[in-house]
Amino acid sequence: MTGGRVSGGRVSAPRVALGLFLVFLVAAPFVLSEFYVTLMNYIGLAALVTLGLVLLTGVAGLMSFGQQAFVGIGAYTTAVLTTTYALSPWLGLAAGLVLTGLAALGIGAITVRLSGHYLPISTIAWGIALYFVFGNLEILGRYNGLQGVPPVTIAGWTVGSGRNSYVLIWIATLVSLIAARNLLDSRSGRAVRALRFRGTMAESFGVDTARLKLVVFVYAALLAALSGWLYAHFLRFVSPGPFNVNAGIEYLFMAVVGGASSVWGAVVGASVLTMLKEWLKDLLPALFEQSGNYEVIVFGVLMVALLHRTREGLMPAFARLVPVARREAWPAEAAPLARRERPQPGEPLLEVRGAHRQFGGLVAVSHLSFEMKSGEILGLIGPNGAGKSTMFNLVTGVLRADGGEILFRGERIERRAAREIARRGVARTFQHVNLVGAMPVLENVAIGAHLRGRHGTIASVLRLDRAEETVLRAEAARQVERVGLGGQLHDAAGSLPLGQQRLVEIARALAADPVLLLLDEPAAGLRYREKQSLARLLRELRDEGLSILLVEHDMDFVMGLVDRLVVMDFGEKLAEGKPQDVQRNPAVIEAYLGGLE
Amino acid sequence: MSASLEVRELSVAYGKVEALHRASLRVSDGSIVTVIGPNGAGKTTLLGALMGLLRYSGRADYAGVDLGDVPVEARVARGLCLVPERRELFGELTVEDNLRLGAFQRYRRADPTIGADIAGVYERFPRLRERRGQLAGTLSGGERQMLALGRALMAKPRLLLLDEPSLGLAPRFVREILHIIADLRKTGVSILLVEQNARAALQIADYGYVIEAGEIVLEGEARQLAENPRVIESYLGGGSGA
Amino acid sequence: MTADIVAWLAQDGITNGAIYALLALALLLVFAVTRVIFVPQGEFIAYAALSLALMESGRVPGTVYILLGGGALAAAMEIARAVREHALSRLPRILALYVLLPVVIAAIVWWAVPRKLDQWLQILLVLAMVVPLGPIMYRIAYQPLASASVLVLFIVSMAVHYVLMGLSLVFFGGEGLRSRPFSDAHFKVGMLDVSAQSLWVVFASMVLIGALWLLFERSIYGKALRATAVNRIGARLVGIPANLMGQLSFLLASFIGAVSGILISPITTIYYDTGFIIGLKGFIGAILGGMASYPLAAAGALAVGLLESFSSFWASAYKESIVFTLIIPVLAWLSLRSRHVEEEDE
Repeated sequence: MTGGRVSGGRVSAPRVALGLFLVFLVAAPFVLSEFYVTLMNYIGLAALVTLGLVLLTGVAGLMSFGQQAFVGIGAYTTAVLTTTYALSPWLGLAAGLVLTGLAALGIGAITVRLSGHYLPISTIAWGIALYFVFGNLEILGRYNGLQGVPPVTIAGWTVGSGRNSYVLIWIATLVSLIAARNLLDSRSGRAVRALRFRGTMAESFGVDTARLKLVVFVYAALLAALSGWLYAHFLRFVSPGPFNVNAGIEYLFMAVVGGASSVWGAVVGASVLTMLKEWLKDLLPALFEQSGNYEVIVFGVLMVALLHRTREGLMPAFARLVPVARREAWPAEAAPLARRERPQPGEPLLEVRGAHRQFGGLVAVSHLSFEMKSGEILGLIGPNGAGKSTMFNLVTGVLRADGGEILFRGERIERRAAREIARRGVARTFQHVNLVGAMPVLENVAIGAHLRGRHGTIASVLRLDRAEETVLRAEAARQVERVGLGGQLHDAAGSLPLGQQRLVEIARALAADPVLLLLDEPAAGLRYREKQSLARLLRELRDEGLSILLVEHDMDFVMGLVDRLVVMDFGEKLAEGKPQDVQRNPAVIEAYLGGLE
Repeated sequence: MSASLEVRELSVAYGKVEALHRASLRVSDGSIVTVIGPNGAGKTTLLGALMGLLRYSGRADYAGVDLGDVPVEARVARGLCLVPERRELFGELTVEDNLRLGAFQRYRRADPTIGADIAGVYERFPRLRERRGQLAGTLSGGERQMLALGRALMAKPRLLLLDEPSLGLAPRFVREILHIIADLRKTGVSILLVEQNARAALQIADYGYVIEAGEIVLEGEARQLAENPRVIESYLGGGSGA
Repeated sequence: MTADIVAWLAQDGITNGAIYALLALALLLVFAVTRVIFVPQGEFIAYAALSLALMESGRVPGTVYILLGGGALAAAMEIARAVREHALSRLPRILALYVLLPVVIAAIVWWAVPRKLDQWLQILLVLAMVVPLGPIMYRIAYQPLASASVLVLFIVSMAVHYVLMGLSLVFFGGEGLRSRPFSDAHFKVGMLDVSAQSLWVVFASMVLIGALWLLFERSIYGKALRATAVNRIGARLVGIPANLMGQLSFLLASFIGAVSGILISPITTIYYDTGFIIGLKGFIGAILGGMASYPLAAAGALAVGLLESFSSFWASAYKESIVFTLIIPVLAWLSLRSRHVEEEDE
């Protein structure tokens, strides 16, 4: 593990917990009764699906009530192939995964782009649609289902009994858990963790968020299909019942109960809910004489009560019980990354010609033009609401201009996406700090270097990305140190004071090795001394050949730092020139300092 | 003079990050007090806490009573009213409905003078009368600010919290709005004014506080603050002669 | 397919579509005001329809127990809060609203059931039993989470749906029920045979939609609901209590749900879990309308009704699949059009 030395070399509490869990898993089939082994099998099967949901919902923020449909596709595919066509279960697995993958690609291509509540609603809808398809297709045995699914054989060993299935199910579950953890601890994983709340930021550092969401969606679907395959050959019988919407709701409950942001939460959630359901099935009929689906009621009530008490699920509560050893070590030294070739000082770098943008009736940027040369610090100032941040968003492709041209190193960029502009060497900070709060400073900054790595999802799951990862983390650490936060490298970014969070933003932008750096109010919230050291840093960067476009309010800070100023008011350019000239401009005084009389 | 608002050691944190640190301030009855400071210093946070939108530690007394965890609507009912930086108008409702809803708490008490007060707001802002049937979302920046002020006045406030009332307004409008604010004091309303336009704010205020990085670093009579070298350098643009 | 089959299917589709339109409006209202995706809407339909059918057969519907239990729980939560906030003066109001009112309603129902009152009085009693469940549900499940994200609220909705469906099975049993039609009359309009019940459904839906429109345009509470929907923070700042608006929107939703159930129960056999699917179709209507505009939502719901009716003719077994698949391309189109708004970090 990269620099992942545990402090003091002692065995940490989480490892003890993990070790005990593994010992239990190995011992379970020898000591538990048939009933409990079967229960463990159900837990493993559910944990697989829930794990997909943890990645999809908890980490990437895409809520799905439709995973049971993918379990169904996995189960039905193998059931049809092994019964009707008498093919090998392994062929059934391959076909199930391929079919699920294709279905998920098709459904996902449309639905993962849906924002907010549209996605969960659409997952319910296609979940229901597929359920009725399962129940009505002749080849799937309609509502009666398919009987006589054969057991899996591995090199002559038939996985017939519940205890044999246990081995297969839990090996699959553990491998999937490790793969998921590997994925999250990688270049792709950082990007996935930014998807939920920080999509715009991720795009600005070159992440193709739509594609990444689709990847996570397919990944979760494949885990569900794997669970379906295991289910079909463990139960030897497939019918539509277990794939109705209620199953989808239960999987999501498991993810929520477990704590949807932790990989191990999937196991916790699946265990708690599966056992609870079993227990309620035994207990409740004894309490009530009438027939009824009591466990459903208790289930729902517990769910609401849990969400009232904690919105993060049980896993964070468990995590608090077990003190976590922090990874304090400095990332290993590594060869520096290749750097981008920079333009000669004085070369035209950025040209804005008549850029225009309005929101409804409100004109935010009105036919604005200015130029910027390589190696200069240009200040963009003006009263609040003058359109400065909108101008920033136009240059970085976060917003699209309604009219006008924007040229970067002679190339038109006003129609390009944020991630394409990032690829050309433009990096930015955000006015409203845009960090993944729960992630350490180091990893937040490493997102900045996203485009300087190339290993993707599969490489990270298989841990083929370690050499590159070492280099990226070393680069990130260098930039963190450069902005003076070396001591906070492993702190959660969200726990820093606002001023330091802005510095993390700058470090992240620097990690992208930009040609042009755009800073949106970097000095806001900083104290006097911090401002001075920030100014020093920015001058150093300019002397190294970096060009900086700066939006700032603090006149003191701006006047001493920039080479030239552009003053905006009501979306228009009010003045342009050297700081001392601009300061004497009567129009600027009127607009910016605006007296009463 | 008795205090309309007395704030002692108020702190607000977003998660682990403290945005406001032990701020203490006082607004005397019938006075205008301004809080100036750079963006991100915690000015809006202060107003949000006083209005009950944000959780805080410390104590805020309004008209001699601890606000504690009094919900927003009860604060409004007691005469505490915030005009936020983003105005927060009801864009899809008409100007007149916006004003009417400003008096929602009074409707619940079946206050019979609401109609007269709407007329009063139209008197103060004749432009709103012209646009009474128009949707609030179609108004210009200056008109929005007038409507936001008018809507707040419909609640019959005794303490108005104003967040950047000059924001995004043309200089002419800034003057107009500030005159209106100065005028309001004559009707007995106390005002806590948060502004980045420090010069203008100090001109109409009686007393001022300077806030930086979440802490109150300076306070004094508005006139004295306007002459304080540190304030001049940071907020009034040294030697610009305006 | 002959012309009279088309006409018959259209009539069927419009009748169902009118119900879906009502539900779509309620869902939209609740979502706009509280950000709750109101999955349990369907349960109000089932509760009302099954209660009416049970009362007609001379049995006391289990709804009264749900009302009494829910009221008691809500009262307990309110009292706990009042004690915590040292506001014991609220006690009489809490007890009157959450305990006394349900008890009175339950007593009247017990008294009325054996007397086999007129159908209209029974309908009123059903409304009295079912409608208060909306605000009570809001108080118990949603109010403590008012600031939570849409996704958390959605999960709560699913959990509440689970609970109510489970209770439905306990109190109403597994068999399907149908209530008496309001009128057995049929009219001949040209070659079309129109049932009076269908006309009732369409008429009642239109009246209800008109009444809602009046509420939103004319009353201060209706305007406060709209204000909360367009700008939550603005609404808080003028002193509109978020909880009151939440309860009000849930009250309207449970009223609409109950009316829908009463209207539909003479046409369709209702089981304890039928409400969910009916509610979802109202939802799909709302989504087809873009989840924002009331008239478009109503039009979308009508389209769902017609589509369902015609697909049941051509491919009856796949009727549900067709209706629920339809939503995906529409959602895709909507999301391409609308700008993506990033959810705020909590």
